[in-house]
Amino acid sequence: MEVAIHGIGLLAPGLAGWDASRAVLAGLCPFQPGEVPDPEAALLPPNERRRSSDCVRWAVQVAQEAIVQSGLDPREVPTVFASSGGEMGVFDQLCRTLATSERLVSPTLFHQSVHNTAAGYWGIATTGQQSSTALSCYDDSFAAGLLEAATVVCVEQRPVLLVAYDLAVPAPLSEARSITVGFAVALVLAPPSDGAPVSMHLRLDEARINDRSGLEDPALDRVRQDNPAARSLPLLIAIAAGGSQTVRLSLLESQQLILDLDACRS
Amino acid sequence: MLPSIKPMAPLTLSAYTLVTANGRGVGPILQALRERRSGLKPCNFEDVTLKSYIGRVEGLDDFSLGNELERFDCRNNRLAWLGLQQDGFMVAVAEAKQRYSAHRIAVVMGTSTSGILETEHAYRARDPRTGVLPTWYTSRYRYTHNMFSLGHFVRACLGLQGPAMVISTACSSSAKVFATAARLLQAGLCDAAIVGGVDSLCLTTLYGFSALQLLSAGPCRPCDEDRDGLSLGEAAGYALLESSERVSRRGAVALLGYGESTDGYHMSHPHPEGAGAIRAIRDSLTRAGLRAEEVEYVNLHGTATRANDSVEDKAVYSIFGARPACSSTKGWTGHTLGAAGITEAVISALCLAHGFLPGTLNCRRVDASLKSRILRENQNGPLAYVVSNIFGFGGNNCSLVLGKM
Repeated sequence: MEVAIHGIGLLAPGLAGWDASRAVLAGLCPFQPGEVPDPEAALLPPNERRRSSDCVRWAVQVAQEAIVQSGLDPREVPTVFASSGGEMGVFDQLCRTLATSERLVSPTLFHQSVHNTAAGYWGIATTGQQSSTALSCYDDSFAAGLLEAATVVCVEQRPVLLVAYDLAVPAPLSEARSITVGFAVALVLAPPSDGAPVSMHLRLDEARINDRSGLEDPALDRVRQDNPAARSLPLLIAIAAGGSQTVRLSLLESQQLILDLDACRS
Repeated sequence: MLPSIKPMAPLTLSAYTLVTANGRGVGPILQALRERRSGLKPCNFEDVTLKSYIGRVEGLDDFSLGNELERFDCRNNRLAWLGLQQDGFMVAVAEAKQRYSAHRIAVVMGTSTSGILETEHAYRARDPRTGVLPTWYTSRYRYTHNMFSLGHFVRACLGLQGPAMVISTACSSSAKVFATAARLLQAGLCDAAIVGGVDSLCLTTLYGFSALQLLSAGPCRPCDEDRDGLSLGEAAGYALLESSERVSRRGAVALLGYGESTDGYHMSHPHPEGAGAIRAIRDSLTRAGLRAEEVEYVNLHGTATRANDSVEDKAVYSIFGARPACSSTKGWTGHTLGAAGITEAVISALCLAHGFLPGTLNCRRVDASLKSRILRENQNGPLAYVVSNIFGFGGNNCSLVLGKM
């Protein structure tokens, strides 16, 4: 499958936006992770933003960054949202409430507990009516989301917005699933075209990947291993470096997604 | 200029199965439909005191998953396991594996709450002093509550190695699995796909829908003038999808089209004019290469909430007029949420295979403001094309067209 990448959004500690992060990812500046301020997610109407979860604001922030770069009207772009655990912070609050004798669940909290909460808020913010899918594939959620998004691009011959995110898991749920830092990434994928900044060929291979070969920068590699959405880092690093490269992403131990990239150096 | 939607190649449902409150396998649900026997009963789930009816699958507390499946043990995966045992589904998958190899069969499952019941239990069993969760839970989160657990479980049970994912878009989850699988097949990433959905009762949805004031105190009454909310249910269903060209069988049921859309309007209220629903239905017909006049039966989402049934009616009427028979089967199964898509796809397949139309159960007097032709009594007669609608939270819509080859 051939696709072009027309926009990238990124948010993680030390990686505040795609443009601001390119030099770090290309190894030209040191990676200095710190606190991430609450994302602006300016596209969200103020009343929706006020009651939105962290996942929603992180996902909308990177989605908006990628869409703006692409120059596309978000109302015309179907979406794929990939997250391993979804709204873990909401589950924590819900399950605390359900453990009380009154069980007074907030209706807002309940409708925010679905896996497609971020996708739904993006749709409301953009008033888009295109197809939207939310999925999970545990640690390989980014690769599965990329597969789903690229398949829509190739079968439907239209651009697709892919957003992958997982946030730090609050205690005590963190004992069940340890994710210590948030990470969100968005890609606008489209059918191949001349002049696209990045072109990518995707194929599935029936071979287990040797995941021990990590990233060069040990601090970045710790992020990659910590957060399922950060499994996108090898791809982002290859794009930031530019030129022709091959990236392999693990998909369910039995397969790998092989990405042959051709990115303009800039 | 947006690309136009092209017709798709039909995909045969070479095997399918369903477990609901009406029983295990397609036999009991077909019989219940014919005999107009509801699976809904007063809520007796755990210590829940809500006044409502539920479609509970019997027997899920009577066994546990053992051996190499032990780590997956939870209500949702027990239900998933029970589903796999019915109607010779495992045999059909084994035969497909012979034809295509394990790497060439995808698994695309849908659920809304996965095994969240385990997390609910674990929070009640926290250490009172430290607040720490019990280790029986923390060591198994990945295999129970995590959203991919169901996909992992089904793939492990069936010994499949192809692409897999769990789609979770609330109520539309296991309708959208057909769309994703159809694309994977069309893109050549697999030769067959297991699609399905499993959702099980939990406190999150019971108390959540109660908080939204969307639960009826009695059995749900879709399209009735006095309908006052939904009844929750649980279900597991599966279908094996293969290219109809490769497994040509006259009379087999096939997926002919799908349409997906969002409302872009509100998280828990449908768009007032059903704009997203209309788009989903239209796209499903375009992919099936069908005109609206050719559809004889619409299996409604029909949850029996005031808003859903009236908005869905507007959408359906605007496309089909009052010609096709329309009914909701939620009065039998309850709203099985993330499993509603597969539940109603399998029911639609049974309608096609047996030339049978279920009249809306518990609908005593059709709401006079609904303009579609709402069927109240069962009918018999040959059917060629059925549309099944599923709409969900986040304004996420999916319509499927099923037909007889």
